[in-house]
Order: sequence, then structure tokens, then C-alpha cells
Amino acid sequence: MATDILMPALSPTMEEGKLAKWLKKEGDTVKSGDVLAEIETDKATMEVEAIDEGVLAKILIAEGTEGVAVNTPIAIIAGEGEDVAAAAASGGKGKPNGAAQGGQPAPTPDMQAEGLAEKPAPAAKTGDDAQRAPAAPATITNKAKEPVMEEFPAGTEMVTMTVREALRDAMAEEMRRDGDVFIMGEEVAEYQGAYKVTQNLLQEFGARRVVDTPITEHGFAGIGVGAALSGLKPIVEFMTFNFAMQAIDHIINSAAKTLYMSGGQLGCPIVFRGPNGAAARVGAQHSHDYAAWYSNVPGLKVIAPYTASDAKGLLKAAIRDPNPVIFLENEILYGQSFPVPKLDDFVLPIGKARVHRQGSDVTIVSFAIGMTYALKAAQALAEQGIEAEVIDLRTIRPMDTDTVVESVKKTGRCITVEEGFPQSGIGAEIVARLMVDAFDYLDAPVIRITGKDVPMPYAANLEKLALPSVAEVVEAAKSVCYK
Amino acid sequence: MDAGKDAAKDAAQAKPEATKDGAEAAHRPAPNAPQFTRDEDLHAYREMLLIRRFEEKAGQLYGMGLIGGFCHLYIGQEAVVIGMQMASVEGDQVITGYRDHGHMLATGMESRGVMAELTGRRGGYSRGKGGSMHMFSREKQFFGGHGIVGAQVALGTGLAFADAYRENGKVSLTYMGDGAANQGQVYESFNMAALWKLPVVYVIENNRYAMGTSVARASAQTDFSKRGLSFGIPGEQVDGMDVRTVREAATRAIEHARSGQGPYILEMQTYRYRGHSMSDPAKYRSKDEVSKMRDEHDPIEMVRKRLIELHGVDESELKATDAKVREIVNDAAEFATNDPEPDPSELWTDILLEASA
Repeated sequence: MATDILMPALSPTMEEGKLAKWLKKEGDTVKSGDVLAEIETDKATMEVEAIDEGVLAKILIAEGTEGVAVNTPIAIIAGEGEDVAAAAASGGKGKPNGAAQGGQPAPTPDMQAEGLAEKPAPAAKTGDDAQRAPAAPATITNKAKEPVMEEFPAGTEMVTMTVREALRDAMAEEMRRDGDVFIMGEEVAEYQGAYKVTQNLLQEFGARRVVDTPITEHGFAGIGVGAALSGLKPIVEFMTFNFAMQAIDHIINSAAKTLYMSGGQLGCPIVFRGPNGAAARVGAQHSHDYAAWYSNVPGLKVIAPYTASDAKGLLKAAIRDPNPVIFLENEILYGQSFPVPKLDDFVLPIGKARVHRQGSDVTIVSFAIGMTYALKAAQALAEQGIEAEVIDLRTIRPMDTDTVVESVKKTGRCITVEEGFPQSGIGAEIVARLMVDAFDYLDAPVIRITGKDVPMPYAANLEKLALPSVAEVVEAAKSVCYK
Repeated sequence: MDAGKDAAKDAAQAKPEATKDGAEAAHRPAPNAPQFTRDEDLHAYREMLLIRRFEEKAGQLYGMGLIGGFCHLYIGQEAVVIGMQMASVEGDQVITGYRDHGHMLATGMESRGVMAELTGRRGGYSRGKGGSMHMFSREKQFFGGHGIVGAQVALGTGLAFADAYRENGKVSLTYMGDGAANQGQVYESFNMAALWKLPVVYVIENNRYAMGTSVARASAQTDFSKRGLSFGIPGEQVDGMDVRTVREAATRAIEHARSGQGPYILEMQTYRYRGHSMSDPAKYRSKDEVSKMRDEHDPIEMVRKRLIELHGVDESELKATDAKVREIVNDAAEFATNDPEPDPSELWTDILLEASA
């Protein structure tokens, strides 16, 4: 029978890609291992190989097409002895998975955000699921969420860009502005960034300022701190913050404490940045959310943005800040698009939360990717007549308690949302502060929605259970509203 | 068999190795030490004596309860840092571990400020908030003072990275002990320093004991000058008790680093007379071993002898120097004893710097 070739995923978090080039044409005979096409994302390029034999009956997606969602049928292969014309006419409803690349199709953030409790999506289904729909819409643009608190002049032109592009632009702008700023880390230069966040920086700034390091986090973090103590302004990229555990001694003992231990003589103007927390199906050692860990340390500032606009404005602020800043990004958010103000120098204040959505019934406090659950929950709650106020902390340390307290004074109810573990987490900190600063305003106990108290499992169903869900947030919000 | 017996057995087994590795067997003075001029020997004498007297005073104040916490004395190792400083130029950075008072004085930091930091007073270099292991001087390019064994090696390599970035012709003198030389990050740093040809001289002060563990009991390769071989980093073993050989090797190493040829390793064979810290019972070595080093290889006595016998310096002139040094140290102790503790408000300062617009 005819087999559909599906758009493959190049990584666990890929949502869409470009069909760059067809290397076979309709009517060609293909055998297992033949390269059919080249696909690319903003992160990488890869070849699509055939794993079945037959004739390429029909090309469904023309070469040069951008934004092809993972799992979209891109071609049909007619099996041996099969009528090619009939197979071509089957119109992309044949048996999928005629080609393989990059493992299983990936769940996408949109799936998490879309369905109330649907994360991660269909990875574990069998290849015989003939009715499987394309996984994700071609673009993911968070259009509807205009920030409530304007932080740029009214009427400013907005451009849509991904978080990845916003981070890159922030670094490039700061490197143009200040010759003491440089970036170092694994694959930041010639490879253009493991997650393509440093794309084109090497081309613009050269190898002196865009420095590829060996895979030695402890050593290069220490070298970065040493350079910062001497007055340079390094940006140290960790391929993920999981690997920063190798370097945590320098982050805590060398970077965070030296100003104090030197009686104010030696500042350490350094940014440690990289993806933090769970991506999708990468197991316990690559999925840890470290927000609470760094939040615990005096001498550090800790930032964890959600939108591209915040990512840009806060990374620029972090690079200019004379203190060590932990800048926690998220792999799933890298590819998401948001409106970003088109300004020559857009810098946001560190330590200010943002009311992302106004509401009067319950306050939902979150940050980073936790915001995706919070916002979807707020939407679902609105349909049930509960108006949630959603606060994006943006900065974890120093924490903007005032904005949270002001909101709770209005709503009388609060829940927190984060992907990190429950014990001693960011939610626990907020709860403790509300006990002191808003006790008399609370009409219900504060509920924390967190990742479960287990190492992150690999299996798709277990991972989904280990992470927070929109349904849990909705349920918690209703419960504190006694509904 | 109970645990106590086990421990006793371990100690018995360890003892012969410790002796084998002891100073008596291993210390070989350089046969042809280069000569110093009269002025150079006088300078070295005064500088080393200042460290010696300062450390003796610190030990005394510790005993009186005026210095708290940890206090690691540099007595016996003075020739290393003074010889290195005699080969460096202004602007070269110095960074070391926790046995750091000597390095501070050698870079020109004031005795008063160092001693007052030891006593935790407001006039200390860190305003009383750092202590023995955590003092810094941007003015003197002294970058600490680090309490995590080996951490200063990556940091010192970072100072060299900044020098290379700025192309300022400066060199980072990065000190570590024989214990730190076994830390993993040391080799990560060696790798990057060699890869990027950073201007750094790694000075391994091999005083034969990492706390209570002799080199032979902790190190598979006891020749520390070879520790950079696989990265192509040249190294040499130096008689670290003789300030002249130290300066000669330092000159070579610093020139190598400054000329863009990358890092260099100097293993300084030295010896500490005092314990690892003030609370060290020193059961791991014999009193004879210590006194033999003191009697036969003391870095200060060697210079003193040379000054009198070779340079014809009058004993009274040296006594005047001794008195002057004592005066500086006594003044520092006096200051550090009477200076007030930091204001309680200092608890909340220096945690973060204010961001400038």
C-alpha cells in the first residue's frame, strides 16, 4: 500500500521546518537509505532518508516551502507492484512513517498550550495510526496577549520575533555597544549555537569575542568569572543549565560571594545563560528546573523570562548589570514568537514582575514556561466565569513581591505555577511571603502547582504526568474560589 | 577489628611513605644558584622577613583569640612569592588559595589592612567581611585569597584570558599548592590556557603536604612540573627555598608567558614549618624533618648569611632592618587589635552593586 512520508522532527522540541530541497522527483524509484529531501529549521539542516522501497508517487509539499509542521505528509511512496497513479491520488492518507529522521515526531509547545491537558503529545503512538493529523499549526504566534503594563511608548511599532531571535539580538546589540562584552561556551561560535541562539555572532564579532570552549563547564565558568573579576563582561552560555552543575562552585562561591568578601572591591559583571528546565522527553539529567536553586543565593540576580520582548529587554539589562546574573531560558520557548517593540535600545528593569492578564477573581503567579499553563488556564477559567489575573514574575531574584501582594489584595486568592519541584520551590517562597505580607487579604490557602516530586521520567505519558497541566491549574483556581 | 585499630594500622602503613617523601630525602638545593647583587639580597631579606614576622604575629594573635576561624601561615615558603614578585612587573596579577597572607604583603598590600582583616575589623581589606582567606586589592592587582581548593586556578586563567583579550602585555601569576594540583579544574584550565596561549604562569607551591597527606600518598605523578606535559605546557622544578633560583625560573616563565607563547608551570619545592592551619597536630611528619629544613634550608637565614659573608653587610645594618620590620608588624597588630569591628549596618552592604543607568 502507499506510504506517506511525514515531515520529521530534528529535535525533541522542533515544531516546524522548511522543506529546502527535493533530491528525488516524482516517478523515481527509491530504496531504503536514499536521500529523498533536505529539510532545515533555524537550528539545523538534515537529510530525509527513505526507509521503504518503491516509487516516489507524489510530492505533496513543494521544495522551498517554509513552516511545514512536524508530521505533515510531504510525499507518497507507492509500494512494489502498486499502481503509482492510484497511490498518488490517495492524497496523503496512506500509511505514515515512510521515512525516518531524528527519531519520533516531537510534542510541541503548542500542543501543551492548546489542549487543556495535552502535553506531551502523540509521540508514543504507533506508526499504523493512519488517521493521525498533522501535529501543529505552521506558526505559533502569541498575538492576543498584549502586555497590560506598557513598558515602551504607546504607538511603538511591534515586530514579531522568536525568543531565540530576541536573545540573539540582545547580545549583538550589547556587544556592539561595549567592547568588553564577549560570549563564551560550547558551540557558540562556529556551530552557531547548540540551539542557534548565537547565530551569526561569530560572523559579526569574530573569534576573539565569540569563543568556543571545550566541554569543560567547571573550567570555563571559572575562566569567565576570572575575566569578570578583572573587569570584562562575559556572557557564559551553558548548553543547558543541567551542565552548570559542573560549574556551580564558581557560580556560587566565586561569582556570587566575591563582592561581599572583598568588602565591595571586586564586582563580578557576568551573565550565565542557557536553557533551563524540561524540554521534551530528554530524561531526568536534562530536565531540571534550577530557578529555586539560584534563587536561594544572595549576590546573584536570577531572571527567567517568558516572552521574546522580556527576553530581549532583560538580557540587555543583565549584560549591563554589574553583578552576576543567572539568565534562565527555555528550549521550548526558543521557537515561540511574540511581538517585540522596535526600539533602538529596549532595556527592561530587572526585578519587576508584569501583570500579563488582568482579572479580579484569582491571582495566578508564574514565570518562564509556567506562563503557558497559567495563560491557557486563565482562558479556560474565563469561559467558566472566573477572571484570573496572571502575573509573570520575569525576575526570580530580587523577587517583586509588591506586584503579587497588590494583586492578592484585589483577588483574595492566589495560586502559583512552575515546572520545578515543590519542596523549597519558587511557589513555596511566594506562599511564605504572602503569609507575612497579605495574610489578612487571603480568602483561601495559596495552592502551588509544580512539577511532581520525582526525577523527570522519559516515557511520554509519565513525563506528562510529572509536569504541571492546564487542568491542574484550572482545578486549583476553582478550588481557591470555592467553585 | 574495630575502627580505631584500623586507623592505627593505616597510620602505621602511611608513615614510611611520609618519611620517604619527607624533606630530608627530597630537598635538593640547586647546585649553581645565580648570584644576587647586594641590593637584591637586601630587598629579598627585608621582604621575606616581613612575611615571617607578620605570620609569627598572626599566630600569636590567633593564640590570644583575636583571630578567628581558619588561619594558614606561610612561614617557610617566603622565598617563593618574593622571588616571583622580583621577576614580575607592575600590573601583573596575582591570585592564590587560602595560604595567602604572604602573597598579599608581597604585592604591596598594607600590613595594617591585612592584619585588621584577620581580626575581623573595619580597617581590614574586606572591611572585616572576608577574613584570612578572602582579601583582595584591585589597586595591587591581587585577586585573592580563595577558600575552595583549586578554584583560583580557573580564576587566574580567566585573569590571563582578560589580559590576552585586552592585549595589555600583563601576566597572571596563578598559585596553587600540591593538593590543589590534583583538582580536575586545574587540568581544564591547563587545556584552555595552552589552547588559547594565555599569559599565565602556574606556580605550584609543593610544600609536601596537602593538609596531612604527603605528596606521595595523594599523587600518582609526584613531579608536578610534568603536570602540563600532555597539554604541551613547559614546566620545571625549582628550589623554592632559595629566592635566587626562584627569581631566575620566574623570569624565564614570565617572559615565556608575556611573549605570547602560552602558559608555563613552575613547581616550587618548598616547605611549611607550621601546621596546615592553627589546629594541626602535625602527626604526619617528624619534628626532626621540620627542624632539619629550618636549620639547613631556611630561605631567610640563607640570605642573611650571604649578606654578611658575601656582600659584607654589617650585622648592625641587618639588626636595623629587623627592628624596622618588627615595628611595622607591631604597628599592624596594634591597629588590628584596636580598630573597631565593622558597623552592624555592614551586614547588608556589598551584596550587589548598584546598576549605573
